Amino acid sequence: MDLRIYYRLFVGGTFMTIARYTIGFILSLGLTLLAYAVVVYKLLDTWAVAALIALAIVQMIVQLIYFLHISDETGPRYKLQSFIYMASLLVFLVVGSLWIMGHLNYNMMNMSPEQKDGYMMGEKDRGF
Amino acid sequence: MGAKSMSAAADSAKLHRTSIGFWLYLMTDCMLFASLFATFAVLRTATADGPSGADIFQLPLMLVSTVILLVSSFACGIALIGLKNRNMVQIAWGLTATFVLGVAFLSIEIYEFAHLINEGYGPDRSAFLSAFFTLVGTHGLHILVGLIWLAVLGWVFYKRGINAKSGRQLTIFGMFWHFLDLVWIFVFTIVYLLGVLS
Amino acid sequence: MLGKLSWETALPQDIVTLGGVIMGGLGLLAVIAAMTYYKKWGWLWRHWLTSLDPKKIGIMYIAVSALMLLRGLADAAMLRAQQAVFANMADSPVSADLFQQVFSAHGTIMIFFVAMGIIFGVINLIMPLQIGARDVAFPLLNAISFWLFFAGMALMNVSLAIGGEFSTAGWLAYPPLSGLEYSPGPGVDYWIWSLQVSGIGSLLSGVNFLVTIFTMRRKGMTLMKMPIFTWSVVASMLLVVFVFPILTVTLTLLSLDRTLETHFFTSDMGGNPMMYVNLIWAWGHPEVYILILPAFGIFSEVVAALCGKRLFGYVSMVWALMAISVLSFTVWLHHFFTMGGGANVNAFFGIMTMIIAIPTGVKVFNWLFTMYRGRVRFDTPMLWFMGFVVTFTIGGVTGVMLAVPGIDFQVHNTLFLVAHFHNVIIGGVVFGMFAGYAYWFPKFTGFRLHEGLGKAAFWSWLIGFVLAFGPLYILGFMGAVRRLDSYDPSLGWQGLFIVAGIGLLIILLGVFFQVVQLAYSIWKRKELAVGPDPWNGRTLEWATPTPVPEYNFATLPTVHERDAFWEQKQEKDKAKKLSYEAIHLPKNTGYGVYVGAASFVIGFAVIWHIWWLALVGVAATVILVIMSSLWEDSEKELSAKEVESIETKLWGQKA
Repeated sequence: MDLRIYYRLFVGGTFMTIARYTIGFILSLGLTLLAYAVVVYKLLDTWAVAALIALAIVQMIVQLIYFLHISDETGPRYKLQSFIYMASLLVFLVVGSLWIMGHLNYNMMNMSPEQKDGYMMGEKDRGF
Repeated sequence: MGAKSMSAAADSAKLHRTSIGFWLYLMTDCMLFASLFATFAVLRTATADGPSGADIFQLPLMLVSTVILLVSSFACGIALIGLKNRNMVQIAWGLTATFVLGVAFLSIEIYEFAHLINEGYGPDRSAFLSAFFTLVGTHGLHILVGLIWLAVLGWVFYKRGINAKSGRQLTIFGMFWHFLDLVWIFVFTIVYLLGVLS
Repeated sequence: MLGKLSWETALPQDIVTLGGVIMGGLGLLAVIAAMTYYKKWGWLWRHWLTSLDPKKIGIMYIAVSALMLLRGLADAAMLRAQQAVFANMADSPVSADLFQQVFSAHGTIMIFFVAMGIIFGVINLIMPLQIGARDVAFPLLNAISFWLFFAGMALMNVSLAIGGEFSTAGWLAYPPLSGLEYSPGPGVDYWIWSLQVSGIGSLLSGVNFLVTIFTMRRKGMTLMKMPIFTWSVVASMLLVVFVFPILTVTLTLLSLDRTLETHFFTSDMGGNPMMYVNLIWAWGHPEVYILILPAFGIFSEVVAALCGKRLFGYVSMVWALMAISVLSFTVWLHHFFTMGGGANVNAFFGIMTMIIAIPTGVKVFNWLFTMYRGRVRFDTPMLWFMGFVVTFTIGGVTGVMLAVPGIDFQVHNTLFLVAHFHNVIIGGVVFGMFAGYAYWFPKFTGFRLHEGLGKAAFWSWLIGFVLAFGPLYILGFMGAVRRLDSYDPSLGWQGLFIVAGIGLLIILLGVFFQVVQLAYSIWKRKELAVGPDPWNGRTLEWATPTPVPEYNFATLPTVHERDAFWEQKQEKDKAKKLSYEAIHLPKNTGYGVYVGAASFVIGFAVIWHIWWLALVGVAATVILVIMSSLWEDSEKELSAKEVESIETKLWGQKA
């Protein structure tokens, strides 16, 4: 299939048209309903969390392009660059906080010695 | 350069500056939500013998409000296209639909909060609930600000019509409203969907 | 009706606090009386308070910060006096509780209302000139930012008069100490709201300055042709913009714990106080880089100008600034190595912290290479730079030591740490601001600051700093914990504390010289008068006449090279004379002042739980914002003829 057709249909050109907004709306709606179905109809088991996050990220990209017109910027791409920088910092902050806070349980004081041993063995198994 | 083209160039430069400035502000707002998400993620299991997400979230209702917000974002887009085509009627209809749907969204959220508080599951019940109310409530506060802004904007267009200034203000409002829908994707996914899943 | 406010809760209980309030109050009354007697209120309102000129806003920032520096130093004097003289006394004038409040206030004031204030002031004053622009991108927002800063400062100071206490939880107010259970009074709330209000001002300034630099540079000035100070503003403001929201959230969560009894950071019901430490430092570490990067920028300008040479390694300097900016997001855990994250977490953040020292080293070498084979003038700005190189290098090295978790476990929260951060902040930020002050003062006033007094101030500060903080390094190594008002006399440490106290006195002597220098220079301004380009500068701010007109530049000739003014001076005869055109400037407005006032009311009302007043404040803010957005007639015009006559008058003296 010629990818250039897809590009012209979905990405190229200006996004300030009813057609484009409609495509964005339908894609977003579809992604939302799919995510809802994954949870409510238990479509996936171990991959559910990853799938939901992936669906959210895809819908974010759809809305960035079709609603926020991030690809329409002429001249220096301030919007795209600042978004990517912000997203990187966001991931670092959230993942970093989870990593740090998860590890702080390492020294919890109200565990019995047996509980602590078990916890630390578990940490060892998980490679920490 | 004649006076008219000079002021057109000045208006274009001003729109450019305002757009970039407001986008940058939206990026900072994303970091605000990032901090709230980080806090929610860390405290999501701290239920203190109280209810967890799965116990209290009404997923079908949340799907309805998600779709309502999505439609309102689309309606806002209609208004923005109306601005591009200098079509006052389209702007009016688009903004009105956005407003009505926004009020509907907020009403559902207020209902949810009131219901939970009534049951004794308010933000002071546990760390999880504190984080939940604050994250979702901050999004709701942003929606409220958007609705007030929208009302003022409606009045501006009614009184002064389409000009460089009102066009600028509508452009950045559109950015704001779309951005709120974008943040909601993650609230819906991470708070409600993942909450029910676990 | 008045929430928690009452005669019992409002009045200061401590006699020293009461004394401070009375002295401050008398000073304020004296100023008000003088202003009224000389009928200067109208002038102040029309020419300064309502101005949207970033140069005036910059000077107001600096004036407020200078005043707060005096208060911060008074706090420091009380701390030193307690540890050097009153320690272990039964009835010290600095009671144990007061000591806790004083060090908390000292840190908060110095970081938020001195350092941040001076930095935003200098950026307002210099950056638009350096990029060849006439204003910042959003002039009204700029004014609002200043007045939010002012409102935060006001809340800080009102805490002593109404409430009579401040937070005792340090400059970062860790819970559970800062939570409702252990700090039930208004002190922590004052801390929260003065930071919350001024923090929003900082965030808005960050957006404003970035958009200005990205979109309003003079034609031909590409990013790599910008002056290096402007690059340092980009690096710093990128940090401001992405981390101040973290502070906003963290303060809000603490405030919710204290007002709505939520459980973010409580010890029970699922709360996690360690999450506060995590979040506050995720903001706090980038904050200190926000402070130092503009200081680096100032030094780059000063060194190039005072050595009569182009800055060495401009490109690597830019890369170093941006690398430091990016890396500073990745190191925050080094502030709580001992909180128990474990080996892997500590190792990662320790390594990242060590890496961030590398670009800083690159900068120091580039400055030194700029000096090499230059025609160095050892005037006051250059002295501040040399003092910086020596002290900041030592401070940076102790920082790398602290980056090693193994060492940090020994010296965390000892006086070693206190010595390290004062080392880098005083040696770096403060000396940088003083260098900028001496360097740019003549641009805006038309006369230089007296050299002899400047040198005396410098040597006092340098020697005073060494004496005040050198002993603290030693004490920290020996195990002296920070934030204690006295140590066991049998340890034999008293001598070192006395040396530190003497050091502070010498610093105060330096401040005295600076105050005298300013007064004397104003008095002798005719003898000290200089032209608009006293240092033979290289960047565009020197291309203006003195005093700098409101519109900065009458014409906007295209720029071709880095060091745009240097290029203009070489090409003087070949330059095409541009014709004058009409210039549009923002009109004065009181909106900034009113928004600041409304924010003060909101903060004060929430602190005292006066909910109806808080709502009034919020409503007022909303209405003001709406009104300012509807303000149509916001610009005034200077016709080409008016511009021509102003320019002739300003340049005529030097023609």
